[in-house]
Amino acid sequence: MTVLLKLSGVDKFYGPVNKGVHAVQNINMDVMKGEIIALLGSSGCGKTSTLRMIAGFEETSRGTITLAGREVQALPPVRRNVAMAFEGYSLYPTVTVGENIAFALKAARLPTAEVEAKVREVTEMLEITDILDRYPTSVSGGQQQRASLARALIRDADLHLLDEPMGQLEPQLRTLLRGRIKHYIKERGLTAILVTHDQTEANALADRIAVMEGGVLQQFATPQTIKEAPANLFTGTFVGEPPMNVFAAEASDRDGQLQLDLGDGLHLTYAADAFAPDVRATLLARKQIMLGVRPYAVHRDTHGARAQVIANQWLGDQSHIAATFAQGTIVLVEHDRADVAVGDAIHVRLAPEDLHVFDKDTGTALSHGAQMA
Amino acid sequence: MNTISPFETVLRGIAITLVILFFMFPIFWIVLMSFQTNATILQVPPSIFFEPTLQNYRGLITGQLVTDTSSLEIRFMSNLFNSLFLSTASVAVGLMLGVPAAYAFARLKFRGSEDIAFTLLSFRFAPPLLVLLPLTIYFQQLGLANTYGGLIWVYQLIVLPLILWIVRGYFEDIPADIEYAYRIAGHRWWTTFRKIALPLAGPGIAAAALLAFIFAWNNFVFALVLASADKQPVTVGALAFITASGVQYGQIAAGIILSIAPTFALALYAQRYLVEGLSLGAVKG
Ligand SMILES: Nc1ncnc2c1ncn2[C@@H]1O[C@H](COP(=O)(O)OP(=O)(O)OP(=O)(O)O)[C@@H](O)[C@H]1O
Ligand SMILES: [Mg+2]
Repeated sequence: MTVLLKLSGVDKFYGPVNKGVHAVQNINMDVMKGEIIALLGSSGCGKTSTLRMIAGFEETSRGTITLAGREVQALPPVRRNVAMAFEGYSLYPTVTVGENIAFALKAARLPTAEVEAKVREVTEMLEITDILDRYPTSVSGGQQQRASLARALIRDADLHLLDEPMGQLEPQLRTLLRGRIKHYIKERGLTAILVTHDQTEANALADRIAVMEGGVLQQFATPQTIKEAPANLFTGTFVGEPPMNVFAAEASDRDGQLQLDLGDGLHLTYAADAFAPDVRATLLARKQIMLGVRPYAVHRDTHGARAQVIANQWLGDQSHIAATFAQGTIVLVEHDRADVAVGDAIHVRLAPEDLHVFDKDTGTALSHGAQMA
Repeated sequence: MNTISPFETVLRGIAITLVILFFMFPIFWIVLMSFQTNATILQVPPSIFFEPTLQNYRGLITGQLVTDTSSLEIRFMSNLFNSLFLSTASVAVGLMLGVPAAYAFARLKFRGSEDIAFTLLSFRFAPPLLVLLPLTIYFQQLGLANTYGGLIWVYQLIVLPLILWIVRGYFEDIPADIEYAYRIAGHRWWTTFRKIALPLAGPGIAAAALLAFIFAWNNFVFALVLASADKQPVTVGALAFITASGVQYGQIAAGIILSIAPTFALALYAQRYLVEGLSLGAVKG
């Protein structure tokens, strides 16, 4: 596999360099040809800015962008050969939806029959064949969004940038289109970067996920790696629903056993061989650490640590139980209806293989389960 | 559902009629005057019953100003042509310079762009007479005094800031991403400007052109100072109606009617176009 897109040390300042808003900070990223990448991050973290620099609508303040073997950061958009679906749709208001979608192909002087066939294919996939003769202002937001997505997907570009392409759609349609879009992209061997706020969408569509926060790329890895080995506290708590439980803990050696003191008189004690020797040594050396455990990994066990239930919600297919634990709250998920009521005391066990340990100050991951990060 | 009662409808009708009467009365009176001789106009008390005459219009069109005592040559038709030519040419030049400039100010935020735009607007604040004095001297030295070219140039002081600021607002209202979407699909900057920005700002450009035309048409002082008889527009030419033997009210009235006719026609025509342009997307759906 070849690298199609390479971002090296890319920075974006709105306003003067080093003085203005530092929206994107030193991003390094390689995207392989044929990959689908999801850009995930909270609002205002620099996702759109990153896409716009790749497309050429925003100047790259520092660093280089290499696309299909060419350095493009100084080229005008027209010479970069990328397609983009805009966050705000941005359809041409003076022509119909159908003409909007066919615009680029017509401009490239493709035969009419071929253009029509392509338009039919992409609009059938996105379920918008019935609005092709309408004008953008007279169709709904979700329809405009799909038209804008169609306008991008129909093109035969080196790279497709999709900025929240399905944000306006209802969950059923989104789920349906997700599968079709992935198939469409993979079938043609296209490469796509898609911005989304929806983790399910990122997990389902993307080969790799790039998690961003505050303009910084936090982790760039497969969905599985991000779930099993989050690179830092932010990724750990941002990805995953419900979010990871996090507690401050102090590690100490107690007669050969490893003890984690969570405060409030609560101790978790683990056998000497529960962690690999280097993990154990690190924990004992650091002493003050952050402990993370996913809600799915918290199990009730009569020999576990005590917690007091403050909420128990049955969501139709799983129970979310919240309980006061140590100095905070712990959330656990069970697949059956849980027979606990508010105020009940429960006991939970946090297995060593489910523990994620993070540095207290930097948030960098130290270990996942029994192994070093 | 219509919740307005018939009584209310009648009241509204009356109110609107009153307002229209109030504003239209002077024009109506001028129309009447234009069909009367000076004698009937000046009779006391005035009357709206008189024998209409086309003498005023005939006088203007043939160029012979006939008064009670004398006959005087007047260049009204050539003045009218000058007005038309100067205004049209000024607006054309103003559009050619102003529209691209407005686009630049709307899209490219460069250092000092706001200051330059404001300086251009401030031309409108300057008292024309202040500008005219030095300008007259320069124009005479440059050989621009009493030329169409020179007048059109000076008219840019009126026309350019107007076009620049109105059109800039329209360009700013077009989401930049629409243009980016077009550019990324393989079009150059210039094509995008022509195919996307210009059509979308069309109604604004038309409105600005219309306003600029009216302002140019109504200009008096620039032409008064910088143009001699053969280049004068109607606004200045109308001074000729004040003769030694009195003010020719009938001919002034006819002159007014003839000189507001072009702007009036243009406004009516452009209005239709403006409304169409603004509601284009919604209507065609
Ligand atoms: N044109 C601009 N001028 C100044 N600051 C900007 C500009 N565009 C974006 N920013 C700032 O840059 C940061 C990143 O913005 P960006 O649009 O990339 O966020 P995002 O991740 O796409 O957010 P969202 O999920 O809400 O779309 C934000 O703090 C934003 O306020
Ligand atoms: Mg965004």
